[in-house]
Amino acid sequence: MSSERFKPNNRRRRRAGTIFKTVCLVSIAFSILSLALLLFDVVRDGAGWLSIDLLTHYPSRFPERAGIKSAILGTLWMMGLTAAVSFPIGVGAAIYLEEYAPKNWLTRILQTNIANLAGVPSIVYGILGLAIFVRYFALGRSVIAGALTLALLILPVIIIASQEAIKAVPGSLRQASYGVGATKWQTIRHHIFPVALPGILTGTILSLSRAIGETAPLIMIGALTFIAFPPKSPMDPFTVLPIQIFNWTAKPQKEFHELAAAAIIVLLVLLLVMNAAAIFLRNRYQKRI
Amino acid sequence: MMTDSKLVRVAGAALVLLLPLAACGEGGDAAEDSYALSGMVTIDGSSTVFPISEAMAEEFQIANSGVRVTVGISGTGGGFKKFCGGETDISDASRPIKESEIELCRENGIEPIKLPVAWDGLTVVRNPANDWATCMTVDELRRVWQPGSSITRWNQVRPEWPDEEIKLYGPDTDSGTFDYFTEAIVGEEDASRDDYTASADDNVLVVGVEGDRGSLGYFGFAYYEESSDVLGAVAVDNGDGCVLPGRETIENGSYAPLSRPMFIYTKAQALAKPQVRAFLKFYLDNATIFVPEVGYVPLASQQYAEHLGTLNAN
Amino acid sequence: MDQSPKPAESGLIPDSSGQEFDFGHRAGRRWGERVIAGMLFLCGLVSILTTVGIVAVLVTESIGFFREVPILEFLTGTRWSPLFADQHFGILPLLNGTLLIAFGAMLIALPVGLTSAIYLSEYASLNVRGVIKPLLEILAGIPTVVYGYFALTFVTPIIRTVFPGTGIFNAASGAIVVGIMIIPMVASLSEDALNAVPQALREAAYGLGATKFEVSTKVVVPAALSGVVASFILAISRAIGETMAVTLAAGATPKMTLSFLESIQTMTAYIVQISLGETPHGTLEYSTIFAVGLVLFLITLGMNFLSQKVTRRFREVYE
Repeated sequence: MSSERFKPNNRRRRRAGTIFKTVCLVSIAFSILSLALLLFDVVRDGAGWLSIDLLTHYPSRFPERAGIKSAILGTLWMMGLTAAVSFPIGVGAAIYLEEYAPKNWLTRILQTNIANLAGVPSIVYGILGLAIFVRYFALGRSVIAGALTLALLILPVIIIASQEAIKAVPGSLRQASYGVGATKWQTIRHHIFPVALPGILTGTILSLSRAIGETAPLIMIGALTFIAFPPKSPMDPFTVLPIQIFNWTAKPQKEFHELAAAAIIVLLVLLLVMNAAAIFLRNRYQKRI
Repeated sequence: MMTDSKLVRVAGAALVLLLPLAACGEGGDAAEDSYALSGMVTIDGSSTVFPISEAMAEEFQIANSGVRVTVGISGTGGGFKKFCGGETDISDASRPIKESEIELCRENGIEPIKLPVAWDGLTVVRNPANDWATCMTVDELRRVWQPGSSITRWNQVRPEWPDEEIKLYGPDTDSGTFDYFTEAIVGEEDASRDDYTASADDNVLVVGVEGDRGSLGYFGFAYYEESSDVLGAVAVDNGDGCVLPGRETIENGSYAPLSRPMFIYTKAQALAKPQVRAFLKFYLDNATIFVPEVGYVPLASQQYAEHLGTLNAN
Repeated sequence: MDQSPKPAESGLIPDSSGQEFDFGHRAGRRWGERVIAGMLFLCGLVSILTTVGIVAVLVTESIGFFREVPILEFLTGTRWSPLFADQHFGILPLLNGTLLIAFGAMLIALPVGLTSAIYLSEYASLNVRGVIKPLLEILAGIPTVVYGYFALTFVTPIIRTVFPGTGIFNAASGAIVVGIMIIPMVASLSEDALNAVPQALREAAYGLGATKFEVSTKVVVPAALSGVVASFILAISRAIGETMAVTLAAGATPKMTLSFLESIQTMTAYIVQISLGETPHGTLEYSTIFAVGLVLFLITLGMNFLSQKVTRRFREVYE
């Protein structure tokens, strides 16, 4: 019938398929190779400088004496304050959007707004923090100004992740609770929240781990070049691991580059621990429902 | 009996709340000495003077763990604006304070107190592979750096030099080094071409010059000293022959016109704080040790003693 | 048999966590509910306040800037030298730098990301996916300052060996590293889009005798096109907003150039440079932060809107 016009070309098509599959594999290999090279480069440069001294010394003009004590403590302070601010507000907003908000135009705007905020570059948040927290509220170049800025930065992500966790709570649980006469808040507090909590915590921990790696907004808040002490109050000046890494990387001496690599290793380990905790939470509690 | 969800809640809360408390363990140090100094000393200004102030800050904090000293690099100009605005205690400066800046200070009730601390030989640097521009006259430097300069290749400076691109690196306009260099070389303060890599961070400049064969840059002597294995200095001919920057030539002024004094400025309001006063005393007492270690040329010891007298008089 | 718990005399009923709560106090509960609802609403409002804050800050401070610098000069000028005596405020060099980096990054991230997504969605077994996806997530989770370090200490020397004469600060290094950073984003968003295509479509194509390659590229990708394009747009937006890697590796010389081997400056790197020097508040130079920030914000916002629109407009709806 149409056998003259239709040529199956099987061999050529199969070959095209193999070539394509190889291309895809090369892409994957490229990503994995890049990751491996990056980690290799960092570990090769920095492993020699890993020691207790690194963790217990303050920065110094001498590479042998330099350490990341003020940076690590600053990072921990930053993490704590940021979590304390962003967690309640983020979860509160998520609960509002999922449980209370009427399905009208205002809610849609709110939702779109949050999605857009998640895509704003972090340096714009830095500009916002500089103008509002450092200048307008006169908090100065302090830990709290940095924490508030980072909290705003990760808030959209926490809200979105928490919303997903709350959405995943089966309707039957809600219905059962209302069925025995509980109010909305009682339902949320005693039934929905506990069940959604692992998902919420996972999202929060992942957001915090992103906040820890942020440099640009904190530079805008006020990275002083030389900080050889830990913060003692939220109003103190500070430095964090990424800023210390940035400072050392920008120096010309090779020893400081290697120190930067060692600090990167510490930072990556910290991130690894946090992400592992998040994944552990997710896996452990996923089967409950 | 603790259910799983309760455990998660407690763990999460603990994670969030205990972190800052862990950092509070730091508070232990300061409680040790009962009459020890405490408080903050805020320093900002010139990136050229920064290495000296950084060394002083580091050593002072080792000796006085209750005091916190911060040092910034906003540039000489930026530092003065903050100093006169009341934000800093000490201002690092690689040039003397200008009239307009003194006025700004006085508007805010601040009287700057000048303390010279070291000599610098502002160094013109080249890439080590650059073996032709080992000496340049002031006039040649001016032609390269003046505003609107169209010189982009080495053979435009001297025809016998190679036809290679010149990549320029220098401080930005907030820098006292910039002010001084433009005044001394171009002849007018702040008059410079603007198509070069400008950075307040001298480290960026070192990396830049180190990396490109045809590069030319300028910054404080200490930054050259620190990287003299990977940078070359350009001897400057001010009419009396080629002079390289070095301890003697800077001290006796033969490295001209780029030898210059460096200062720190403070004010009475800052001196009222015991930790600032103690820090400045430490600074002047130990200048002869740390200034050369950092790479600059110290003043004579009597001069430091004199400045200490100025300090005590305020 | 009736399993539901019966209210005891006191009106107390245990809840799912074993606690007992008070069943009465209707009026007090309602008032408490209102307060809580109000507080939660305020939490939701924070995000609106954030956006309002960003817009307000950027616009009001930029007004001061635009009073001194005509908008036309800002948008069309080709020299950017706000810190020098001879001031020029044309943003095109910074825009040039930003777009150059974004373009170079996309050359890497888009093909690699999309083919990785196709592989993960169409070819890979569950085990392989279980290994590769976490690896991509690790790549995504590495902080940008680490990528900056990698660019300066590893990528730049390689580029300079291959292309002698490349500056120590160059656009290529920044672009490569930003590209690698964005691959996971493209891969995971595209993969979501590909996964959403119903299996029935694939089966139908196989039924007609198509090879896997043809099914993937001629059926699945076109079906998921809106999601894939949206992911591309978001990736470009992310590359435009990238800061630390380009600040460390790409340079601080605003200039108009198409060469990847030269030092350039992006909008984001300029903002960082000014903050590091901390030009004092209230000056024209300080207000350049806000003017450049405004342009950056508008561009990324526009791209985010575009990607949402593309998703909505071209989404093929399956039951």
